[in-house]
Amino acid sequence: MSAETHAGEGTGTHTRPGAHDAGGTAEGTGTPGAVSGGAPDSTGTSYIADFQVWRGDLDGGALEDFKVEVFEGEVVLDIVHRLQATQAPDLAVRWNCKAGKCGSCSAEINGRPRLLCMTRMSVFERSETITITPLRANPVIRDLVTDVSYNYTKAREIPSFVPPADLGPGEYRMQQEDVGRSQEFRKCIECFLCQDVCHVVRDHEENKQAFAGPRFLMRQAELDMHPLDAAEESGLDRKSSAQEDHGLGYCNITKCCTEVCPEGIKITDNALIPLKERAADRKYDPIVWLGNKIRRRNGA
Amino acid sequence: MTQVERQQWDVVIVGAGGAGLRAAIEAREQGLRTAVICKSLFGKAHTVMAEGGIAASMGNANPGDNWEVHFRDTMRGGKFLNQWRMAELHAKEAPDRVWELETWGALFDRTADGRISQRNFGGHEYPRLAHVGDRTGLELIRTLQQKTVALQQEDYKETGDYESRLKVFQECTVTRILKSPVEGGAPGEEAVSGVFCYERESGRFFVVEAPSVVLATGGIGKSFKVTSNSWEYTGDGHALALLAGASLINMEFVQFHPTGMVWPPSVKGILVTESVRGDGGVLRNSEGKRFMFDYIPDVFKEKYAESEAEADGWYEDPENNRRPPELLPRDEVARAINAEVKAGRGSPHGGVFLDVSTRMPADVIKRRLPSMHHQFKELADVDITSEAMEVGPTCHYVMGGVDVDPDTAAAIGVTGLYAAGEVAGGMHGSNRLGGNSLSDLLVFGRRAGLHAAQYAASLKGDGRPVVSEEQIESASDEALRPFSAAEVPEGEPAENPYTLHQHLQQSMNDLVGIIRRDEEMTQALERLAELRVRATYAGVEGHRQFNPGWHLAIDLRNMLLVSECVARAALTRTESRGGHTRDDFPDMDRQWRRSNLVCTLADEPVSVDASTQPGEAAKRADRGRIDLRRRDMPPIRPDLLGLFEKEELIKYLTDEELTAE
Repeated sequence: MSAETHAGEGTGTHTRPGAHDAGGTAEGTGTPGAVSGGAPDSTGTSYIADFQVWRGDLDGGALEDFKVEVFEGEVVLDIVHRLQATQAPDLAVRWNCKAGKCGSCSAEINGRPRLLCMTRMSVFERSETITITPLRANPVIRDLVTDVSYNYTKAREIPSFVPPADLGPGEYRMQQEDVGRSQEFRKCIECFLCQDVCHVVRDHEENKQAFAGPRFLMRQAELDMHPLDAAEESGLDRKSSAQEDHGLGYCNITKCCTEVCPEGIKITDNALIPLKERAADRKYDPIVWLGNKIRRRNGA
Repeated sequence: MTQVERQQWDVVIVGAGGAGLRAAIEAREQGLRTAVICKSLFGKAHTVMAEGGIAASMGNANPGDNWEVHFRDTMRGGKFLNQWRMAELHAKEAPDRVWELETWGALFDRTADGRISQRNFGGHEYPRLAHVGDRTGLELIRTLQQKTVALQQEDYKETGDYESRLKVFQECTVTRILKSPVEGGAPGEEAVSGVFCYERESGRFFVVEAPSVVLATGGIGKSFKVTSNSWEYTGDGHALALLAGASLINMEFVQFHPTGMVWPPSVKGILVTESVRGDGGVLRNSEGKRFMFDYIPDVFKEKYAESEAEADGWYEDPENNRRPPELLPRDEVARAINAEVKAGRGSPHGGVFLDVSTRMPADVIKRRLPSMHHQFKELADVDITSEAMEVGPTCHYVMGGVDVDPDTAAAIGVTGLYAAGEVAGGMHGSNRLGGNSLSDLLVFGRRAGLHAAQYAASLKGDGRPVVSEEQIESASDEALRPFSAAEVPEGEPAENPYTLHQHLQQSMNDLVGIIRRDEEMTQALERLAELRVRATYAGVEGHRQFNPGWHLAIDLRNMLLVSECVARAALTRTESRGGHTRDDFPDMDRQWRRSNLVCTLADEPVSVDASTQPGEAAKRADRGRIDLRRRDMPPIRPDLLGLFEKEELIKYLTDEELTAE
């Protein structure tokens, strides 16, 4: 829907959901993005949508059919909440902010990894049956909730930021253009959609041991591009660490991770490919090779 | 007899947002074994929602800034009801807390000379907010999360176990703080001995035994219908503290952020950052008028521009122009928007217009306000670079909280209990300035962690209070009660926790909202009594494994307690100040400035606790659970008073207080 369409709506060309708001107090009416799951205070148009939601646990499960009312402007998470409030009170789902900032409500909608809170119902045909399933690459816990511990395990294995020894708090000086690159990666909300869609692990549980996944390879790129990270001075080469310890080589830049990123981070182009290039430089650059030899000798 | 696992730690932190993680880092760096318990996944806490920045008088954007100016702004914003010692510590320590984040890897936006950039915000005299675009909260939480991991990596090197000294129990909820008799103490003397928790994934109960517990659970917004807060904000820490015998102060002060989204209905309440105004956005009504010029209160007259030309000049030349009134403290702006909408000058969906599109080029908007651009585009089909946003007030923050010692963050009256961040009361007085929350989390999170660690270290191994089996049994019965709810009386409809929650939110929103009246709040207390009874009939289906209906039923206890505190305190304070506006008492009353309203659990155990029989529960729940008393605040230290002009103090302090110094 274009911006113009919305402006048209705002001038009252349709029955607005919040129509009686204007006459009342600003705080009195309307529906928040709440656990409520009840119908909005609405005279707006609604329709009945067909949903299939996967329900079950590690022992097995199946898609369950639901018919549920949908109101204008709603997102898929609103519908899941309405199911909880009216039909399936114990339906398990993770969510927090409902504004695309915390990355909790990741699931697969019609097979595509997405945030439930940022997927508007208006992107689907009204006649379409919408299927919600848990993230496929993770073991299921219950219903839409999966075991995301793989990510926390990998996070711990990435060497942390190394503060420069000669700078105290308040003495850091960095230029905006130098922090900008890492800042892009720090927009990551850790929804782990990239970790779910990446074909290296999506159907290959066995690769998880050796492969940190796009999110944590990007974390290494982020630290590597941090203007003041002192890893190198401490004897840590983040590029070869990414290559040798965290499976950077598994990535064959199909860009699936970039496609599903709700923050629009160019994971492949801006993080993984540069990291690969720099890792390759390390490996084959004879001067780097020599430098490594010398430093190692000095350090020993 | 339930078998409940027990674990022993030195310090337990409840909550893993900014305050909780900063406390955990401090306690662990003091060498104590520290456990963090949080309702969501690690790194998802509500702190990620903070957008604008961290207030700290580093003076990078204007060298005139220092802690004294920050202190003054904070006291003015809170209408002088602030616990002044907390405001002082906060202003003094905030810069160190921000700089420290850089050494842990944080990447703030920069000034031209490479220092941390600082932006303007409501109520702050100088550009003071360290920020990262409009996603500062995410940067804060991620930095603290990554520092936590860094400490775990150190421990791994030393012990072979990442979790040997710092462990995060994610997706676990604390339902009770446990207290036990102090060995060798006075008769009846008790101290904190641990917490009772359940794990969301399995529904399994466990007890963490520890002599120090830090509450860092955030706020109470989920008791209101239109709110910017996430599901976690059910007042858990507030309620846990009350139930453990601590007091809450200032609960009548609830901040309605002036700018939440109003359309579409499903996103109503989601926050629109104050940075939009700090960076030049303006508020207009349906007539296109910048109405804020009509709403500058007397106490702020000298500080704010009188014309649009002056206001616009301020962004470039703050020395010779006064601030635009869009940057008044949040309570003022929220009331103004409310009044415009009531007067029929609102936007189509019941808000007002917030416009940046005519104020700066599209690429600047996208760079400075990327999350807002994204949020409106995705959720409302509005392109903020070419059209105005529609916004209205949304419940955002509670100034009230646990009554704490300002220096140590220790909860007054409960040995071993600490509180920091939004769950602690006093720091922000009657209204919090934007940006002062993230700094509050860091300053008092660190202090709470430090003092909790020192107290735990001071106890010898056998001097620690021991959790008894009876306590565990009782907490376990209480947590399981929703599975065996009281039978619904003949003719009454069955209750479910979701419906009760909706009714609670509607009641608080309508009757104890942004503008308050005696009759409505009295009615709110009646409705709360009714809801307490109905809550005893609220049953849940299914089993204990990841069952949101059950979790909500447990959270309802907390929301009902906290809502009663808000309603009772609001009914009692017969003046308007900050986040408490009375239609029937519209003026600020200097006599009230000195007073806090203190909430405690009523002596009579009218609660529905483990010993209550189901039938009896409803009868007992009918009565109020909260006692309220008025207490004088300690007089403001003379050297701090000396930071203000006498003419300004006259507006807030009584003649008696002014002559006393």
